[in-house]
Amino acid sequence: MPNRAMIEAEGLVKHYGATVALAGVDLSVPEGAILGVLGPNGAGKTTAIRILTTLSHPDEGRASVAGFDVTAQPAEVRRRIGVAAQATTLDELLTGRQNLEMVGQLSGLRRSATRQRATDLLERLELSDAAGRQTKGYSGGMRRRLDLAASMIMTPPVLFLDEPTTGLDPASRLGVWEVIRGMVGDGCTVLLTTQYLDEADHLADSIAVFDRGRVIASGTPQQLKSETGSARLEVTLSTPRPEAVLALQPLLEGEAHVSHDGRRLRAAVLNRAGIATAAVRALDRAGILVDDVQVHQPSLDDVFLALTGRETAEEETAIEREVATA
Amino acid sequence: MSVRTLTIGDAPPAWFGQRLREILVLIRRNLIHILREPMQLSDVTLQPILFTFLFIFVFGSGIPIPGGSYTDFALAGLLAMNLITSSNGTAVGLSTDLNTGLIDRFRALPMWRPSILIARSVTDLLSALICTTIVVVAGLVIGWRPTTGILSVAAGLGIALLFTYAICWTFGCVGLVARNVEAAMSIGFIVLFPMAFVSNAMVPTQGMPAWLRVIADWNPVSSVTAACRQLFGNPNPSALIQDWPMQHPVAAALLWSAALLAICVPLAVFLFRRRTSD
Repeated sequence: MPNRAMIEAEGLVKHYGATVALAGVDLSVPEGAILGVLGPNGAGKTTAIRILTTLSHPDEGRASVAGFDVTAQPAEVRRRIGVAAQATTLDELLTGRQNLEMVGQLSGLRRSATRQRATDLLERLELSDAAGRQTKGYSGGMRRRLDLAASMIMTPPVLFLDEPTTGLDPASRLGVWEVIRGMVGDGCTVLLTTQYLDEADHLADSIAVFDRGRVIASGTPQQLKSETGSARLEVTLSTPRPEAVLALQPLLEGEAHVSHDGRRLRAAVLNRAGIATAAVRALDRAGILVDDVQVHQPSLDDVFLALTGRETAEEETAIEREVATA
Repeated sequence: MSVRTLTIGDAPPAWFGQRLREILVLIRRNLIHILREPMQLSDVTLQPILFTFLFIFVFGSGIPIPGGSYTDFALAGLLAMNLITSSNGTAVGLSTDLNTGLIDRFRALPMWRPSILIARSVTDLLSALICTTIVVVAGLVIGWRPTTGILSVAAGLGIALLFTYAICWTFGCVGLVARNVEAAMSIGFIVLFPMAFVSNAMVPTQGMPAWLRVIADWNPVSSVTAACRQLFGNPNPSALIQDWPMQHPVAAALLWSAALLAICVPLAVFLFRRRTSD
């Protein structure tokens, strides 16, 4: 059965008192795929993960993981998932290795299998040197990585990672991406939340953008970029030619900006196939010489802005990142 | 893309075997905690030594016991008192676990939730065993002598430990209800100290005001203490009291233990589920 859905949610609703955490969320992740759930703080990402991992009951709607209903068959679901929550869930007094072995054995793994797998994961997440130390002395980044290792200890078919790289330095982030890709290579299905647009862009096969408890857009990163937001055209002319703006007018969306020296031109353009060719042709017809043409695809930041009319929590996140690594 | 078959545990292990393994893994975890922070054990090591010497030398000089020495009288009481107060550790331990992120990790694992409670109660029973040993040794050092056989003494210690186990579940419930660790600790002490002292543990109840004496004689701690005195062959002034528990202390101690377990085990499981679901 190729591409059967390993994670499915229909109309999930969850209230916490008067706060609506989820207002009707649908998700579907085929086997072996990575879904990136993107959204600012408070968008409902963590609530969705808590429901899918059986930690929380939905008020409305239904969800299944690996073919089992999360409310009706939670035990079956738990046998097939690994979870790395946003807050670390380590035993501070145990060493890194003891934490992994405990989680492995509580997951039903045999002792010898657990030991082997723990050694392997500690190695892959660069924690071998710290494995024998109590985790209360670990840095924020080390905790994240050990949590991640704990979620993978039983090699689960489905993995839920709530902001797996928050608080990691760039190098460890790449290391974590590598490990996640490795899991997917072994057939694992992954749902990860992130506030980092580039992370979703690099890692995910498809993206669901959350805002205020709803999925406001979904698709592949490419689809999202082309569906929303226009591309940005930057042209450098050989000599200043004010009529260039007029020549490009049919392609432009909104106003063009011309640099002081009159040679550089910047404008939003329709994001369609052949846009660079069309621009060069239009300028050529007007007898204008072009030195350089660049078309920038919209970033997911642009997409988010276009979808919500708000900036992402990038600033806030940058602060959090500093705090977490401090 | 080659897809490796993912192991889901192994074959589903037998239910009982897996539960037993879980409980052992969790007990091991609790024991590692004790090794890392040995002061956790002061309740069952330093405190019993301190109490034994303080009570016997301070009170012992002023309280006459008909038919024997205060040391012989007091040991069963010290045993009960130290064991009872140490059960606050269960409330504190559970409350600590509930207030860390670790509990979310446990909840998403394919484990049986009551395993966490059972592992906690067994760990606390192990520390109660340490406490018992220390009280008995300290008692022997300062002159306590049982006058019955070894089996009878063992039966007395067994009853005290059984009751401690039941009380651990009771205070487990306190830990599950308390909002945080500090609250668990203070609720525990507020209940435990009157329970330990309004009893026949350290003084004969005959001297108490009538209303207090009724409470003391029906206090389960008095039943346990009287049962131990009877089984150790030590002075037991409570035998002269006509109330049923004082006439049948062994039966009363066993009934109290059974009743507490019958109520508190399901209650703790219920409270634990309620506390860990949303």
